[in-house]
Amino acid sequence: MAEPLLRVEKLVRRFGGIVATDNVSLDVASGELHAIIGPNGAGKTTLISQLTGHLEPHSGSVSLAGRDITYLPAYRRCALGLARSFQITSLLLDFTAADNVALAAQAHAGTSFRFFANARKERGLRDAAHAALDRVGLGHRADVVVSRLSHGERRELELAVALASKPKLLLLDEPMAGLGVTESQRMVKLLQELRKEVSIVLVEHDMPAVFALADRISVLVYGRVIASGDPAAIRANEDVKRAYLGDQHVVTHHG
Amino acid sequence: MKSLSASKAVTALMLVGLVLLPLYSSLSGNIFILTLFTRIIILALAAASLNLIMGFGGMMSFGHAAYLGIGGYAVGMLAQEGVGSGFVQFPVALAASAIYALVIGALSLRTRGVYFIMITLAFAQMAYYVASGLARYGGDDGLTIYKRSDFSGLIDLSNRTQFYYLCLACLFGVIFLIWRIVNSRFGLVVQGLRSNEQRMQAIGFPAKRYQLVCFVISGTMCGLAGALLANNTDFVSPAVMYWTRSGDLMVMVILGGMGTLFGPVMGAVVFLLLEEFLSQITEYWALIMGPLLLLIVLFGRGGIMGVLGRAGRG
Repeated sequence: MAEPLLRVEKLVRRFGGIVATDNVSLDVASGELHAIIGPNGAGKTTLISQLTGHLEPHSGSVSLAGRDITYLPAYRRCALGLARSFQITSLLLDFTAADNVALAAQAHAGTSFRFFANARKERGLRDAAHAALDRVGLGHRADVVVSRLSHGERRELELAVALASKPKLLLLDEPMAGLGVTESQRMVKLLQELRKEVSIVLVEHDMPAVFALADRISVLVYGRVIASGDPAAIRANEDVKRAYLGDQHVVTHHG
Repeated sequence: MKSLSASKAVTALMLVGLVLLPLYSSLSGNIFILTLFTRIIILALAAASLNLIMGFGGMMSFGHAAYLGIGGYAVGMLAQEGVGSGFVQFPVALAASAIYALVIGALSLRTRGVYFIMITLAFAQMAYYVASGLARYGGDDGLTIYKRSDFSGLIDLSNRTQFYYLCLACLFGVIFLIWRIVNSRFGLVVQGLRSNEQRMQAIGFPAKRYQLVCFVISGTMCGLAGALLANNTDFVSPAVMYWTRSGDLMVMVILGGMGTLFGPVMGAVVFLLLEEFLSQITEYWALIMGPLLLLIVLFGRGGIMGVLGRAGRG
């Protein structure tokens, strides 16, 4: 098998006595949509934070396309082709949608130590921004200030921002969080389109969405990967059933 | 959109007023007003430079007056040592300010929020005490500058009108630069960092180096104000760096409108005119000034520019 795009090896992260990430290993192949699911408190956010560079692991390693990125800061990972969306939308609220996306494009188009020319008139950046906005269906809202966008639109904008950096791997932290039924369906459709272009790691509570989208699913319980495989295998897995249906509450629909 | 908004109208009026002021002064024979406004313009320049990091960059520096002192002492100390040329004094003033900003910024930008405010304040107070200890250059008492910067006949700083226009040109030049900067790639990154640092890091911008460069640009601009101020008063003393002066600059920026191009100029004009006017009425002018500023800040969100902007829309 070829080198995986993302390789996580024996990652460990503790908080005091709690092992939030317990020897997690997983591979994401190029072109794959890999979903990470697990009950509340399973350590999904902790794991994602170590992938994005917001949290350092105590041991283990993360590599992107063969390059060790375990201790690289977030901005360097982004430069290497790792883009993310935030579970709680994190955007530049006082900037327009187009500005938000154009800045992401700018980060990957030469130096930003340019002090004189008007960046909003750079055709390349604006075109890239509008292309990404069109991609997520926000083209008509390009010049609206983010604080005036609806929650659903902001979730889509998160995606557009991530896409604008032309990533190799997209880390999506609960992109459906807080979306209504129709909005969720739109997001699923959108992700179905995007997965053709970019590899995706998807952390999500919305089980129908996960099973509809994922090539492979890893199930995280108490910081450990208890199962990893294609949707059919995961559906049939006894450990997974027990984790979800046994001593814990069913977390199929969240939000 | 094309109609002239209230804030634009008032700004234009103010700028025209500033340009025509020497004319009024010479026609009416009122020299005092020219001296007063030279000072206002210089401090407006300092406030505008502070606004670059505070209003656009979200970096609340409480030590900006240090650059007024550094620029001023560069001029004063060189003059004392017999170097009277402005072509030497001004570049040295700017360079010294830039180096100070680079060092202070590199250390201060490791912190955020209140800590950033406190550490910039602490460094400025350190500069204040260092200046107080310079026995050779007057120490506490300050340093008299017997001859203004000499630009070998190009411009005469001892001529009130010429000096006024030099200061005004510097102010306009700096505002022009700030205007270009805030709309440039660099400026958008800095403003993005003010808005949401986590997001900017996630899309690939290392926060600190952009903020540091912005901090240095701002400090250098304020160093220019310091060099002009020393020429204006023919004197420089540690008092120009005292923390209350940094506070005054912050008040000017907030009063005029943070993150607007001409807000700090407006703020400086209003603040210093009020100070002048009230101190003529009563010795306890600060008692009136304080609550007045409080009211403006409390009820006029966005400062004068904000109020005018809303008036224009409503």
